[in-house]
Amino acid sequence: MTSADSGAERRHPMTGNRMDSDVDTEPHGFETHEYDVVVIGAGGAGLRAAIAAHDAGARVAIVCKSLLGKAHTVMAEGGIAASMGNVYPDDGWQVHFRDTMRGGKMLNNWRMAQLHAQESPERVLELEEWGALFDRTPEGLISQRDFGGHRYARLAHVGDRTGLEMIRTLQQRTVALGIDVFMECTVTEVFTDGVSTGSTSRGPSVSGAFAYRRETGRFLVFHTPSVVLATGGIGKSYQVTSNSWEYTGDGHALALRAGASLINMEFVQFHPTGMVWPPSVRGILVTESVRGDGGALKNSEGERFMFDYIPEYFKSETADSIEEAEGWYADKKANRRPPELLPRDEVARAINSEIKAGRGSPHGGVFLDIASRRDAEFIRRRLPSMYHQFKELADVDITAEPMEVGPTCHYVMGGVEVDADTEQSLVEGLYAVGEVAGGMHGSNRLGGNSLSDLLVFGRRAGHSAAYHALKDRESAPTVSDDEVRAAGEHALAPFSVEGASENPYTIQKDLQAVMQRLVGIIRKADELRESLAEIEKLKERAKYLSVEGHRQYNPGWHLALDLTNMLIVSECIAKAALEREESRGGHTRGDFPGPDPEWGALNLVLTLPGESVSLKHQPLPVMPEDLKTLFEES
Amino acid sequence: MGYELKMRLWRGDVSGGALNDYTVEVEEGEVVLDAIHRIQATQAGDLAVRWNCKAGKCGSCSAEINGHPKLMCMARLSTFDETETITVTPMRTFPVIRDLVTDVSYNYEKAKEVPAFSPKPVEADGTRRMMQEDVERGQEFRKCIECFLCQDVCHVIRDHEDNKKSFAGPRFLMRHAELDMHPLDTLDRRPMLREQHGLGMCNITKCCTEVCPEGIKITDNAIIPMKERLVDRKYDPLVWLGSKIFRRDEREEV
Repeated sequence: MTSADSGAERRHPMTGNRMDSDVDTEPHGFETHEYDVVVIGAGGAGLRAAIAAHDAGARVAIVCKSLLGKAHTVMAEGGIAASMGNVYPDDGWQVHFRDTMRGGKMLNNWRMAQLHAQESPERVLELEEWGALFDRTPEGLISQRDFGGHRYARLAHVGDRTGLEMIRTLQQRTVALGIDVFMECTVTEVFTDGVSTGSTSRGPSVSGAFAYRRETGRFLVFHTPSVVLATGGIGKSYQVTSNSWEYTGDGHALALRAGASLINMEFVQFHPTGMVWPPSVRGILVTESVRGDGGALKNSEGERFMFDYIPEYFKSETADSIEEAEGWYADKKANRRPPELLPRDEVARAINSEIKAGRGSPHGGVFLDIASRRDAEFIRRRLPSMYHQFKELADVDITAEPMEVGPTCHYVMGGVEVDADTEQSLVEGLYAVGEVAGGMHGSNRLGGNSLSDLLVFGRRAGHSAAYHALKDRESAPTVSDDEVRAAGEHALAPFSVEGASENPYTIQKDLQAVMQRLVGIIRKADELRESLAEIEKLKERAKYLSVEGHRQYNPGWHLALDLTNMLIVSECIAKAALEREESRGGHTRGDFPGPDPEWGALNLVLTLPGESVSLKHQPLPVMPEDLKTLFEES
Repeated sequence: MGYELKMRLWRGDVSGGALNDYTVEVEEGEVVLDAIHRIQATQAGDLAVRWNCKAGKCGSCSAEINGHPKLMCMARLSTFDETETITVTPMRTFPVIRDLVTDVSYNYEKAKEVPAFSPKPVEADGTRRMMQEDVERGQEFRKCIECFLCQDVCHVIRDHEDNKKSFAGPRFLMRHAELDMHPLDTLDRRPMLREQHGLGMCNITKCCTEVCPEGIKITDNAIIPMKERLVDRKYDPLVWLGSKIFRRDEREEV
């Protein structure tokens, strides 16, 4: 499979990387590999896609920026939403579908929401077959917990470390199947071939991918007809975020450059509860399970302020008194849900308003109190990693005192526009799955729907990608030497730009400040225009990036490559946010405070025909009549 | 609030390196990784360090801080004296790649050798039933974030490179224990534990338990029970006799 060049150089026994230092001066000594399917990203979506493609008979490679098992999925805490009905037998896919669509303010791709609700129970059970150890009900079945926006207790979980359980299970399955994993490799280019042959011309079609190994700085070329993007989100474009350094919009940008389109990019989820103190942990996630398990939000006056923020849209299903809210934990039939468990966009906006009105906590958040509401043993058992996190990083004992929390950039609903059933983008052979895909969550994602999304669509994308690769092997497009050379030169540019003096860390910091200040929770036309002008200036400065040192494990060089992606994706967010003149889900316009039914029928589609992003309106797919009836009651 | 922190960071690669001195402004509430990031952003753009979540959940930023194996994201500066120089070096048990980044592929190789989970058939009603008490033993081990600090500190491999061939290290001895205690798993993992993964080489000094950032009782809850299971099987005269009389598939498991 590997046709790496030979010679007397030293090679790493496991990775085959050259270990000698003069590799840095040889730009064209590429490793080349041939696969049926290349999956970019090793989080839940990427691993599930790789397993599915492998099971379908394809030769699969996973290429990931970090080590295997470190992807951002490990940060997911609460659980996997699936209407298994283990705790409430009344639950079913129709109820889950309805909750998901309403949580997304009906902007979701209805077909994706339907498939997701129908298939997630089976995907959870599959994890159990592969060794996952979920928490149990008294009957010995998988236990399910309450979460915001879900009518019934629906989240399969393991304490508050469900993401870790999921990634470890999928990682171990991947290893058991013998799937090739290229760790600490970053894809910088997806190659496409859109030639017209004779009378028939076809659109762009995937031919391969270009990557570099961090360990050596050495380049790799993958020849493959199918690429699955599973690269996660964009959170690193913001100052306060729950996302890790990897979340730089790589897949979004790779898709745009390959000729695919993005939708819903204006919708960015600010999770209502991130840590606010000390500064070094600002933004780190505090799981929604704290509220699902009884935690209440209070302002500096000790008021449970969420009762003042129940929107018309959710009035009929939300408790309007403390008594009813308290009753709900024990009896969900006779009582409505506490307002703390409204969808995330509602809670984040409410917290934001309380802080702005001067009723915040000492460090600029609000109080999340479970200490006075549940006993210490319950808290430590249900929320062990929250207990650990606050104890170790903030010197706060959450069984004895309230936490201080505030909104943190958490998730982008927008992403690559894909076909609901196959997850293929506009580019043939290019698939997107998980956070990098758009449509499934509409304008706002419900907690717990992310892990299930990864599993359901990961599997579908893997199958589709394998089918695409295997059905027509002979006519697969090829990668030309020129393309490869250009990709290599492009990647090395930051080492050799003339007159370069810009520090990539500084530009990243400036971009984060712009996005936080001007494209945050509440947006306004003039600020969004300003943000676009600022992003243009940053793009100009980014042409003169200077990188010190050499190619081996060089974080400055790596950031220089990531920055290009962050800038494009930030431009997409700001541009779409300026265009959409309404407030809906994860997009709130101070100058257009309410939802607008006309906008509610439209997607904004972004493409990259040249250096700048272009935008057009596109009608939303229309839900069939039989599904519409699910929304008639209430 | 803020102060000037003195740090010594090991910089170099497989061919050699040295401790370099840095002085960096730090703030209240910060951790060692914050200080290193600030050095990276302002003084040494190419300083290599591996990290991801910065919340003690992914186990990427393992290193040795003043000689102690720790996660850099969980090492709070407030636990050091402000005048103290903090020295950070890469994990010693693994070959260095560059600066604070080591080649941890040993661990991924050992992971591949552990036979996969192999469940018994589903219940008659098509479900999988396990009781909470029964899954809790395995759940403790599945808290492992694979930071490999236990592997780093284990003197069986830290001081004896040769042992890497025949010893899986605490992380993977615990993985065997986890599977062995899984209510659904059917494989007998003891022969491999004894022969390829060197359970007998562990002399229960509990260094691994001490450095575990997740507080897993690796020695007491995983390694010692597995040692007992091995001994039961190997030295129980009835079992020994059974193994001589019956075919393997007719033998009674202990």
